[in-house]
Amino acid sequence: MIERSPVFDAITYIGMLIGAVLVVVPFWITLVAGSQSLQEVSQVPINLWPSDHLWENLQAAWSRGDLGPKLLNSLIVAVGVTVGKITLASLSAFAIVFFNFRARMICFWLIFITLMLPLEVRIVPTYSIAANALLPFQVILDTLGLTALIEAVSSVRISLEWNLLNSYTGLILPLVATATGTFLYRQFFMTIPDELVEASKMDGSGPLEFFWDVLLPLSRTNMLALATIMFVSSWNQYLWPLLITTDRQNFGTVVMQLKALIPSMNGTPDWNVTMAGALIIMLPPLLIVAFMQRWFVRGLISRDK
Amino acid sequence: MERRAYYKNAVLPWLLLAPQLILVLVFFYWPTSQALYWAFTLEQPWGGGNSWVGLDNFLGIFRDRDYWTTVVRSGFYALVTTGLSMTIALMLASFVDRSLKGTKLFQSIYVWPYAIAAPAAGVAFRFIFAPESGLVGSINHIWPGIWDPATNGMHALLMVIVCHAWLGIGYNFIFFLAALQMIPRSIGEAGAMDGARPFRRLLDLQLPLIAPTAFFLLIMNIISSFTDSFGLIDVMTDGGPFDSTEVMVYKIYFDGFKGLDYSGAAAQSIVLMLLVIGLTFVQFKWVERRVHYH
Repeated sequence: MIERSPVFDAITYIGMLIGAVLVVVPFWITLVAGSQSLQEVSQVPINLWPSDHLWENLQAAWSRGDLGPKLLNSLIVAVGVTVGKITLASLSAFAIVFFNFRARMICFWLIFITLMLPLEVRIVPTYSIAANALLPFQVILDTLGLTALIEAVSSVRISLEWNLLNSYTGLILPLVATATGTFLYRQFFMTIPDELVEASKMDGSGPLEFFWDVLLPLSRTNMLALATIMFVSSWNQYLWPLLITTDRQNFGTVVMQLKALIPSMNGTPDWNVTMAGALIIMLPPLLIVAFMQRWFVRGLISRDK
Repeated sequence: MERRAYYKNAVLPWLLLAPQLILVLVFFYWPTSQALYWAFTLEQPWGGGNSWVGLDNFLGIFRDRDYWTTVVRSGFYALVTTGLSMTIALMLASFVDRSLKGTKLFQSIYVWPYAIAAPAAGVAFRFIFAPESGLVGSINHIWPGIWDPATNGMHALLMVIVCHAWLGIGYNFIFFLAALQMIPRSIGEAGAMDGARPFRRLLDLQLPLIAPTAFFLLIMNIISSFTDSFGLIDVMTDGGPFDSTEVMVYKIYFDGFKGLDYSGAAAQSIVLMLLVIGLTFVQFKWVERRVHYH
């Protein structure tokens, strides 16, 4: 390091400290407010030190937001998206990188282009598909005249229908259908030396053995990174779950409950309960990011470079 | 680099790709083309399918003054959020890049906002900025009515922007730090020997060298300000007061799902999609050009 002057070091520390305060303040306020009584939280100016009502506020938020079942739903969705994404991404990247077939690049671009348009941007049309996820296939069959043909032959009218509203599949599948993971895996697979493939071939193993025995163990770091990124982003989804679950009671996720926890305009301003609830909802992804930091930072960066 | 050790198999790659391709078809290509269809048609009020209306839906939104207000507001939102978040993150990254003692602790704290759901941060910031509560609202006790995001649109917009900028710090920091750490130490040392002070070096040496990362982040932040703003606004302001925090995604949601104007919402979606595609395209072009430097 150049310039080891104490003055400059001091400036650096002060800057870092201000930054840390900036980043931590919202967390601290959430914790402080979540631990105070209604009376304490309504004080102006507020006392910036935690009080001892945290546990009762957590309990109040837990029952008001129905957080138990909602946390479970969030967990199911987050794990579902993570596992689904890793599985599909590794398989499709494997096919794109290690197989020589004519449509290889077309397939790559078909998948890659999905990176361009996040779900929020195409929310209206994606929602329409949720009512019947099999509609595209029905239309394909109809336009090819297959529906009419089959009806004429067997007098069975094909009508494909698969409603995704209020279901875990509906919450999970659209989030799996993007290219993030595929791209990350592709980048990693490209770095695998050809010799490894040759050696595996010489040992007499086929492509699937190579994938399972060589590639997957090698990609463990990637997998952890992708898992962290996917878990956090799917846990934090808001707009999509909001649309696809009309039956909030059974299929609502925990992030959707935040709005229900906010004190109403003319109700009791019990922000202490709200903040305790927010604390519970923030915690799982925060813990994962804090513990997995080394892995996922690497994954994030290699994804886009 | 050309890869030589390919597997050859007529069926297997398709089996491996099938699940992903099917999902992408059903949840990406179909809905996107559906949006195009809706944008150029209008649903008959008495039922009986959609009729072709050409560019009417687009002309409809383009003639709507409210729409342009929303577009301008979204642009303002995007620029201020991005500028704020990236500046703070870059400063923090350049501090951490000096790797003084104890820096690791700061480094791990700065990443935290990345983990937080936008609506969760929205709730925390709504409390922090609530005019009646005892934080920012305290100044109302000194100067009554000076801060009120519940009725003052500019205050409300500012509150959402600050929260969004905070959320982006973690992500931006990670990328800036990685980029800074990739710059060889010798370059900074050479600059110092020539008498360049640290701030000068940041501007003249480091910034040009991390320009590709900065540009990538710029685009990602702008896209995120279009997409992630929904959760924030829905939790913090509901688009109000008087639509003063309504940005493009929120308007699409509102017109499409509350107003049930699918054609109008689809046309707005197409505009937003083109915007995002345009930005991504610019970014790819830049990354391509960057290759020639090395």
